[in-house]
Amino acid sequence: MRDETTILHVDMDAFYASVSIIERPELRGKAVVVGTGPRSVVLSASYEARAFGIHAAMPVSMARRLAPQAVFVEPEHERYAEVSDAVMEIFESFTPLVEPLSLDEAFLDVEGARKLIGSPIEIAKRIRDRVADEQQITCSVGLATTKFVAKLASGHCKPDGILVVEKLETISFLHRLPVSALWGVGGKTEEVLKRFGLLTISDLAHTPVETLERALGKAQGRHLYELAWGRDDRKVVPNEAEKSIGNEETFARDVDDAEVILREILRLSERTGHRLRLRELKGRTISIKVKFADFSQLTRSRTLNEATNITQEIYAVAKSLYEGLNLDRARVRLVGVRIEGLITKDEVATQLILGAPDHGWSELDSAVDRASARFGRGALRPARLVKPTE
Amino acid sequence: MRFTVERDLLADGVGWVARSLSTRPITPVLLGILIRAESAQLHLSAFDLEVSGRSQVEADVSEGGTVLVSGRLLVEIVRSLPNKPVEVRLDGSKVSVICGSARFTLPILTAGDYPTLPEMPAAAGSIAGDLFATAVSQVAVAAGRDDSLPVLTGVHVDIEKDRMTLAATDRYRLAVREVLWTNDRPDIAASALIRARTLFDAAKALHGTKTVTIGLSPTGGTEHLIGFAGEGRIMTSRMLDGTFPPYRHLLPSESSSVAVVEVATLMDAVRRVSVVTDKTVPLRLSFSGDALRLEAGTGEDAQATEEISINFEGDPINIAFNPTYLTDGLNALEESYVQLAFTASGKPAVLSGRTEKESGAENSYRYLLMPMRYPN
Repeated sequence: MRDETTILHVDMDAFYASVSIIERPELRGKAVVVGTGPRSVVLSASYEARAFGIHAAMPVSMARRLAPQAVFVEPEHERYAEVSDAVMEIFESFTPLVEPLSLDEAFLDVEGARKLIGSPIEIAKRIRDRVADEQQITCSVGLATTKFVAKLASGHCKPDGILVVEKLETISFLHRLPVSALWGVGGKTEEVLKRFGLLTISDLAHTPVETLERALGKAQGRHLYELAWGRDDRKVVPNEAEKSIGNEETFARDVDDAEVILREILRLSERTGHRLRLRELKGRTISIKVKFADFSQLTRSRTLNEATNITQEIYAVAKSLYEGLNLDRARVRLVGVRIEGLITKDEVATQLILGAPDHGWSELDSAVDRASARFGRGALRPARLVKPTE
Repeated sequence: MRFTVERDLLADGVGWVARSLSTRPITPVLLGILIRAESAQLHLSAFDLEVSGRSQVEADVSEGGTVLVSGRLLVEIVRSLPNKPVEVRLDGSKVSVICGSARFTLPILTAGDYPTLPEMPAAAGSIAGDLFATAVSQVAVAAGRDDSLPVLTGVHVDIEKDRMTLAATDRYRLAVREVLWTNDRPDIAASALIRARTLFDAAKALHGTKTVTIGLSPTGGTEHLIGFAGEGRIMTSRMLDGTFPPYRHLLPSESSSVAVVEVATLMDAVRRVSVVTDKTVPLRLSFSGDALRLEAGTGEDAQATEEISINFEGDPINIAFNPTYLTDGLNALEESYVQLAFTASGKPAVLSGRTEKESGAENSYRYLLMPMRYPN
């Protein structure tokens, strides 16, 4: 195990809510909840909203009851992806060893960056400054000698903080925490540990490993015991290229009208195409997901000869997959469009199309993307997606 | 119902109609093959509402009758039988199939609401079975497989006097074949669009038939049908909806360079060089002087090159193709030599056959192939 706290866990504070506030400064300091539909769940809540007991994954209807005065905003998935990309780029300017866990958190190994840039804490400060300056959002950074302690540390200094857990402090830091703080301890495991009277990590650390192995199974018992003593040799593994990009949408009310569903599939195809193009990627396998009123779901996919990032091509396939389901006015709760088999654009030679005009869908898409960048998402979109009232 | 029939005859007849069995039927009767035994003949039929198949098989019929049985089961049973006479009879609600020491019983399906098969449309003309099969296979290879563009999953058949032109394209390549046929109704000019898979299967099965009669329903009728008949077998298919894109203007009228090489030599080189890449990675070809250099793979990846000697005239050209599409085109040629004609590296190449290195190009078959382009 390393001696210095060269593993950083960086976690954006109330990421979705913070991003929504960037362009609406009047919301700063207010209780902001991301998620609007009566049947959606809360995706994120500002710290002011959390004070009312609102948290992610809570039904929006419940959040409205807890804090009727809170501002409920629509999620803006493209914006989250854009800000996330920018933030990850900041991380990568400090070290190539960046392991994103999701859009809003990542592990960084800065062991090799110390000579070039400075001490881990110096790096952490500079990362926080740059994220705040360039993206107008705050983040919290935990520093430790292992991944899991770094993650616990960032959780303990939220929001907008830094916490260093030195090697020698690791045990005392860990041992006062409840067992549920350990990675891999969910509701069920916690129940088991409780039955043995093990409430804190200290309790667990002072239980013979054989007992834990008997109670939890050999692998997990041993694993938790090691973690309880601050031993975690998992490395920071830079993410492989993204494997898929997709979007899904829950309807405000279950829908059985194919026209409405196809319009939503077009919108999702557009979003997916836009995200692919932002990342300069193309994909070959297009899939759709349909979840029904009874929560059963289907997915269907098709692999194309040629990788694409063109909205209309994605839509054509998604549409034909949907029509291939031959739904007889089944009530649909959610639809999703996803594209896999991603490759970066420069790796792909384009198969030219016979008799294609010099300018086609691809030029249309880049015009749409440019308009979106300048005037906001949806500035230019298919007529079918324009509401009659606009 | 009771009859005895030769195993091979039965297998051929069942095999022909089995193509028209529905895989996802809207009514269970479409899973069945209808067997009608009558005066020394069996009439087999199947229908999936789009494609219908009928065959006649000689049999020793001791008692006439009609039954509907599971098509899939019948196919499997007949395929597994030893080469001996097959006795079939109806016992109550079951059909018994006895062949040598093997005996099967299968339940009958209710034939009550079995749909009436469409009539074979009026004959428009005829063509030799082997010529038809070759021509169809040459163009079907270029047809699209993507159901989101249904028009491109078809083969376009264009009839004008004694000339029949078949064409298919998936937008990346276009295959066009012209054949002479015997037109019974020389006054008609007609065109049809048929699912490539259906046409390919039918033409292949009719390969050994001396003459294949082709029927077309009159334009303007309610049902747009095409039919193929030969030696006791009939198939009708509904045509695909939509308009096949005009393609004749895509065939370049001139070229800036022409290469001639033996098909087998080029195929071997393509196969070897593309070993190092995925099948969607381009194969790069450089033509100059009297050599063709093939290359695949770039940068850190595995790479391969090979040089073969060719006859070449015109401006040197570098061009890249999807190796699978190139191989498909080479495979489709009947002649031993291929002529590749180019205009520019972003424009389609035209493959056609030559019987000899120095002979003129055969223009009855042309395979247009769009190149691939690297990002700048």
